[in-house]
Amino acid sequence: MTLNNKLVVSASPHDRTHKTVRSLMLDVIIALIPALVASVFFFGPRALLIECLSVGFCVIFEYISRIFMKREQTIGDLSAVITGLLLAFNLPVSIPLWMVPIGSAVAIVVAKQFFGGIGQNFVNPALAGRIVLLTSFPVAMSTWTVPRTWTMQQLDGITKASPLADIHNMTSSETGGLPTLVEMIIGQREGCLGETCAIAILIGGLYLIIRKVISPTIPLVYLGTVALFMLVAGKGNLLFVAYELLGGGLMLGAFFMATDYTTSPITFKGKIIFAIGCGLITSIIRIFGNLPEGVSYSIILMNILVPLIENITLPKPFGTPKKEKEAKAK
Amino acid sequence: MGKIHIPGVINAVKKVRGGVKVPHHKNTAELEVVRMPEPKQVVLPMQQHIGAPCTPTVKVGDKVAVGQVIGDSDKPVSAPIHASVSGTVTAIGNVKLPGGAMAQGVTIESDGEMRLYEGIKAPHVETKEDFIKAIRESGLVGLGGAGFPTHIKLNAPSKIDTLIINAAECEPYITVDYRECIENSWDIYSGIRTIMEFLEIPHVVIAVEDNKPEAFKILEQIVDGDSSAGGAIKIMQLESRYPQGAEKMMIQSATGRQLPPGKLPSDIGCMVMNVASTAFISRYLKTGKPLVSRSLTVDGLAIKEPKNVRVPIGTSISDIIEFCGGFKDEPVKIIAGGPMMGTAITDLDHPLSKSNNALLAFSKDDAKVFKETDCIRCGRCASACPLSLVPTRIVRNTKAKDVDALIKDGVMVCMECGSCAYSCPAKKPLVQHMRLAKSLVREAGAKK
Repeated sequence: MTLNNKLVVSASPHDRTHKTVRSLMLDVIIALIPALVASVFFFGPRALLIECLSVGFCVIFEYISRIFMKREQTIGDLSAVITGLLLAFNLPVSIPLWMVPIGSAVAIVVAKQFFGGIGQNFVNPALAGRIVLLTSFPVAMSTWTVPRTWTMQQLDGITKASPLADIHNMTSSETGGLPTLVEMIIGQREGCLGETCAIAILIGGLYLIIRKVISPTIPLVYLGTVALFMLVAGKGNLLFVAYELLGGGLMLGAFFMATDYTTSPITFKGKIIFAIGCGLITSIIRIFGNLPEGVSYSIILMNILVPLIENITLPKPFGTPKKEKEAKAK
Repeated sequence: MGKIHIPGVINAVKKVRGGVKVPHHKNTAELEVVRMPEPKQVVLPMQQHIGAPCTPTVKVGDKVAVGQVIGDSDKPVSAPIHASVSGTVTAIGNVKLPGGAMAQGVTIESDGEMRLYEGIKAPHVETKEDFIKAIRESGLVGLGGAGFPTHIKLNAPSKIDTLIINAAECEPYITVDYRECIENSWDIYSGIRTIMEFLEIPHVVIAVEDNKPEAFKILEQIVDGDSSAGGAIKIMQLESRYPQGAEKMMIQSATGRQLPPGKLPSDIGCMVMNVASTAFISRYLKTGKPLVSRSLTVDGLAIKEPKNVRVPIGTSISDIIEFCGGFKDEPVKIIAGGPMMGTAITDLDHPLSKSNNALLAFSKDDAKVFKETDCIRCGRCASACPLSLVPTRIVRNTKAKDVDALIKDGVMVCMECGSCAYSCPAKKPLVQHMRLAKSLVREAGAKK
């Protein structure tokens, strides 16, 4: 037969899953849409502007970096879009617009491309961008706008301090000037763009879990650790626990940032250790630290420990003895 | 499907970790095995099994008949090769095997008579030694795909307590083992009884995946209907999950034991036999006709008439495809074996070997060609690995040529099932990396 040389030859397997890096990233973007809608609803068109700027600059910086590094173009994998969205979700609506590209540059150029691009960064790029902005411009990064105070004439809205600062002062079941629990759940509270609406984040998180994009291990253990810690710290006050779970960027961090593939362990045990670590550091910063919020720092700190966590949690290859001693005895 | 509480039916003792849910594509399941008319010529490679190659015992010009030995070896791990058609030996030369390796091959021009060799008669078997000797003479090798000489497996030095009959057939597309269960269930059963008797094996587990309820029902009826076995034969239904049918996974499902690296199943008291091999044993003991033909599934979108077909060993792939109506679409990829572990071939003149259970021709619609992208460390490869390896680490250590790390990663345990590569969204050729890693370790071992 005359087919020779026309046939494709490749190593087995010859069937592959239809999932690609791009399709996974697209799923994450879809999962972020509810939070995006909520952010525009609560904080107005300026929120959308910041989100568009952040995404736009992230994609542009990725594009330029790849050209400079003479590497294959990777903007098509959509991961820069996610970084852009997550970075914007971690910014307050009142942030001066010129700060947004600085955050994008740190996230994409420094945290991601300097280390080799997708899959190689050792910290979550969006969080790196946020933390650099937070330490450089602490005032701009912690000026909060009261949700739904924007109008078409006055887009800026009214600013005030974050509820989380008040929560820590909460002594009994008195909630005082805090938003009600329902308001906390639907997102009618001060905070960064994408972090306030717990419902929207949960819908997105659930979508990722159902689509098997992420496993529920990290979010559940992370939230569980914080809940347990706060239960003890709040002397059994369940309302306090609920406010702590819904407050700040915990929900967003637990479902969308601690679960980042590249910067979380791939082993099951590793995921648990990682999530417990995130939960503990978040809680300690919140209760004992001077900062009102500890989610970004906790995730970044645990990101750095990922290689170590993975090294100690590697599964034993099939059929090998469980303990080193047994191996030596043979 | 709920738990079935009938004596003789068991669930997996221990569930297999990882694995992947692959599309089954068992399109040919209801197609009865048809016998292909003898081809004009066959080429019989002297290497169709794991072990030492055979040396031709015939010379050009010899007249041979079906079942006549044409190649044999005095090495212990080997299996004789028999003529699969009657006719004249026209050439003895080199032949390329699907993997790319070369072996000596004997070409026989068929006389169209398919005359049976007069020396063929049912072997006289009374003792275990007779039995092993008879199986060696039959030329039987594992028909499931591995091609390990069966007489070596049966002659294990250690005591076997559990015989596992593998009817899982977890590779997509392939349905010949299923057909064997449906069409030759009594041969399988009598093969089991024979092995039990000669090897004094107390327990037998027949393992079937739950996507083959018909096969399960038939085998269950036979097992239930024979009270003389005294409950020694159990039938186990397994979740359809690739690579459930791999030897290590079978042993774990049936007994809960994990096969240590570098050990043989017999070292932990187990023996795994493919259903087709088991059925062949019983037929051979009755007729004495050695392994000269085998069943295989021919499928894929490029094949005009997908079939389960019984073909003389040594028939060329192009002859088999022609028998199945030829191509209806331009083939993009042709695979000897299943889509998960089979070998992509370029040459349609390759002869069919004893261990080849499928022939797939994919058109552009089912030959998936993807672009490789960067690893995103999603960990799907590690969750998919049934042997608890972390392929992404192995890839990194292979690139760094770090042999010590590779040994620690357990790469030598890898059975190349392809679950990791199947599930990789970055489309990394992970199995290729595993093979590379193994050869690095072997090279380093050879230097020492």
